Amino acid sequence: MTERRVSTPLNDDVVQQLRSGDKVLINGTIYTGRDAAHKRLVALLEKGEALPFDIQGQIIYFVGPTPARPGKPVGSAGPTTSYRMDAYSPQLIAQGLKGMIGKGARSPEVIEAMKKYKCVYMVAVGGAGALIAQSIKKSEVIAYEDLGPEAVRRMEVEDFPAVVVNDILGNDLYSEGVARYRKE
Amino acid sequence: MREVAFQDILEKVKDACMSANFELGEDVMAAFHKAKEKEESPVGREILEQLLENAKIAQKDKIALCQDTGFAVFFVDLGDEVRVKGGNLVDAINEGVKQGYQDGYLRKSICHPFTRKNTDTNTPAIVHINLVPGDGLKIVVAPKGGGSENMSRVTMLKPSDGIEGIKQFVIQRVKESGANPCPPLVIGVGIGGTFEKAALIAKKSLLRPVGSKNPDPALATLEDELLEKINELGIGPQGLGGSTTALAVHVEMHPCHIASLPLAVNINCHASRHKEIVL
Repeated sequence: MTERRVSTPLNDDVVQQLRSGDKVLINGTIYTGRDAAHKRLVALLEKGEALPFDIQGQIIYFVGPTPARPGKPVGSAGPTTSYRMDAYSPQLIAQGLKGMIGKGARSPEVIEAMKKYKCVYMVAVGGAGALIAQSIKKSEVIAYEDLGPEAVRRMEVEDFPAVVVNDILGNDLYSEGVARYRKE
Repeated sequence: MREVAFQDILEKVKDACMSANFELGEDVMAAFHKAKEKEESPVGREILEQLLENAKIAQKDKIALCQDTGFAVFFVDLGDEVRVKGGNLVDAINEGVKQGYQDGYLRKSICHPFTRKNTDTNTPAIVHINLVPGDGLKIVVAPKGGGSENMSRVTMLKPSDGIEGIKQFVIQRVKESGANPCPPLVIGVGIGGTFEKAALIAKKSLLRPVGSKNPDPALATLEDELLEKINELGIGPQGLGGSTTALAVHVEMHPCHIASLPLAVNINCHASRHKEIVL
């Protein structure tokens, strides 16, 4: 497993080098969004309106954190299941989104969009929200505050740990990993 | 009649909502350690180590183990000689949930099914009340995450499908769920009863200590066999490949109609959380 340190925004050169199975440590700004926020972002695109943040080169983390205790930047903040964003991700990828962090497999449509527009899908350890929160140094709501835990946040992260599952070549760590250990 | 104060129930429920989300049970921790020794995949072992580390941080800092602090599900054994003084039992539970999720900095995850508007209190809780003889009151809170609940299913098999049909359905369900429900899993299987009874006993089986055996030898054998087959799927910790797809399979059974063979598979993530209160 190759370990790579990457900083956002990501450009095509970096994205092209990332391979399924690589361990990445993400640094810089990332944005958050779950189903409800994705629905609104895509509705804006369909109306031809601007997104609440510049999506070029950015990473969206599928997360709805717990509220932060006083003095802490964020609460527990592990990934949510990604397939619920499958209906929306291709349109965001077409707009320049370069990375997504979640858990669980993506649809063929999302994987095709990742290959076409150069974007990677990474996973973080689901259910390790307390541990992951230690790499999040700042978090502020920048859009859709009414959605509560589902609001869009801008986070500053340091060495946020993730693993590349789908790269731009169409490789898929889930199917390769499972095939290696299957005994049926 | 023995009287139990509304406020006592509320306070205990409030504390239990918080501690269930901060403290992973020793049975689950022991299952992680055991799995780590047997796990063939280096990535899998690393993930299990991270889950142990995560549990330590959560307990020390009083931060939720997982950001999905769950739907607050309650199983109540209410003695028929118990009366709640100063209010209603379900109201006391709901108020305890509301205060516990607020004061514990837990995520409120309950919303309207159509508008998706959050209730902002993590209520209403799901409360299952079982009337039992005596003057005891036992309340178990089991916060249930959405990711693993989404992968759960109820099906009505044909009696001719038999035990092979049951095994096939359970294994297929876990296989199709892949990484989504956050493996390593605890899998509750309810066989028999009616449509809703199968689901209820499957869910209730998740409260058993992880890896405990059903006292019925036939069901205990089925649990072992399902666990072995599920771990042969190769899904592994977080679905990245490995030999630990499930920590345990718990099977419960209930008599069913001569025409039916109901089956429920209730999947739980590795954050198998529950706390028991005895009043």
